[in-house]
Amino acid sequence: MKHIITSIFAGFLLIASLGVHAGPEEDRKALIDHYKQILPNIEFDDYVLGALAMNPEAKEQYDMVMEFPAHEADVRQGGVHWEKPFRNGNKFASCFKYGGINAAASYPYFDEKAGRVITFENAINDCLKVNSEPEIKYGSKEMALLTAYAKSLSDHAKVNIKVKGAGALAAYEKGKQFYYQRQGQLNFSCATCHVDNAGKYIRSEQLSMMIGQASHFPLFRAGTEAVTLQARFVGCQKNTRAEPKEINSAEYNNLEYFMSYMSNGLKMQTPVFRK
Amino acid sequence: MRISSTVLFSLILSLGISIPVMAAEGDGATGQSLAFDRNKGNCLACHAIPNDAKATSPGDIGPALIGMKARFPDRAKLRAQIWDATVNNQRTSMPPFGRNKILTEAELDQVTDYIYGL
Ligand code: HEC
Ligand code: HEC
Repeated sequence: MKHIITSIFAGFLLIASLGVHAGPEEDRKALIDHYKQILPNIEFDDYVLGALAMNPEAKEQYDMVMEFPAHEADVRQGGVHWEKPFRNGNKFASCFKYGGINAAASYPYFDEKAGRVITFENAINDCLKVNSEPEIKYGSKEMALLTAYAKSLSDHAKVNIKVKGAGALAAYEKGKQFYYQRQGQLNFSCATCHVDNAGKYIRSEQLSMMIGQASHFPLFRAGTEAVTLQARFVGCQKNTRAEPKEINSAEYNNLEYFMSYMSNGLKMQTPVFRK
Repeated sequence: MRISSTVLFSLILSLGISIPVMAAEGDGATGQSLAFDRNKGNCLACHAIPNDAKATSPGDIGPALIGMKARFPDRAKLRAQIWDATVNNQRTSMPPFGRNKILTEAELDQVTDYIYGL
């Protein structure tokens, strides 16, 4: 009897230790395998389309809208903001490698010195700070339009998020934990809808897969309502009776880090249209 | 387009804040209305109810609710499934309506009676 218990216990330990050793890359591959199984007809590259990849009719409408998108003027306004020199003569481009071309594809990253995740929005505000300019409110329309343009400079670059070192791994794990944690009165986790039930309908809404969600924000809902990724987190949390966190909180920044890593290898496309 | 889709989605599972007592007991709520109400059971978010013509545009996350007396000869087991689905399946997507007080005990009885009759 004692032997059995010991060996069962050893088995648990083994499983637990396997769990510990599985890293971000194993997580990402396992998740891709999961989606391949439940959505066998959707190509990896099409994950960026979200629910549109599951519905040819909606995709056709989307393609039409994207030919002459209503958000074009808004993005242009973001472009003017991006190009406008600061009072000291510098520009946003001076804060990013290659003037910002393909920069957004490696955000968020983990900053060892700061000991935290730096999102693209954080980098924008850091840039303003070092140039003695006022910072922009997180989640605001101004931030959404500016980053809609700035991130479009990375269109077609592949998402390339790195998790290296103990601090980075801890931030990634916190984001992952948040994603799978059941929350609120309805007892949903993000994964309940976007992992377990991707492709299924909740009432008349088809649920997108999580891989690909982080590679095309901000997006424009109904053509003109600019929505940042973290504003979308708030939306889903409110809709499911969970307590939303602050935009730019450590929780959401870690969550964005985890979700962006999961989109590694997909092509960036910003902004896009959603109904 | 914008209003309809945003409102539609936020209604799907929104907090009952705006209309908290709309379907409270005693003001004409039935098992059916509680099961349909997006702020109460909202069973249609996930289940088709093929025997009820009023049960339109359902989701497909859970199995169709049909032939319930055959599936659950024991009404108490049906009620228990609705009260807390995580007992039978820890990984279930179905919210624990009784345990988390999404429905009151009286409302849960009404919903159970309605589902039992399907
Ligand atoms: C009960 C269901 C449900 C839960 C739980 C849920 N969501 Fe959603 N989410 C939806 C629906 C429905 C949509 C709109 C359709 C779609 O694109 O999936 C959506 C859309 C999104 C989108 C936009 C996708 C796009 O390309 O337009 C993101 C990002 C997202 N959810 C993230 C999250 C995160 C993060 C969580 C947890 C904090 C979460 N969701 C929890 C139902 C849910
Ligand atoms: C967000 C999704 C969701 C919602 C909302 C939901 N369910 Fe379910 N339900 C499920 C899933 C998934 C199952 C499959 C079994 C499991 O995983 O527990 C299920 C199973 C059931 C079963 C067992 C069916 C069988 O044949 O074994 C019953 C009965 C049921 N649900 C009733 C209800 C009622 C009544 C409501 C509303 C008060 C409701 N459900 C709301 C997802 C949901």
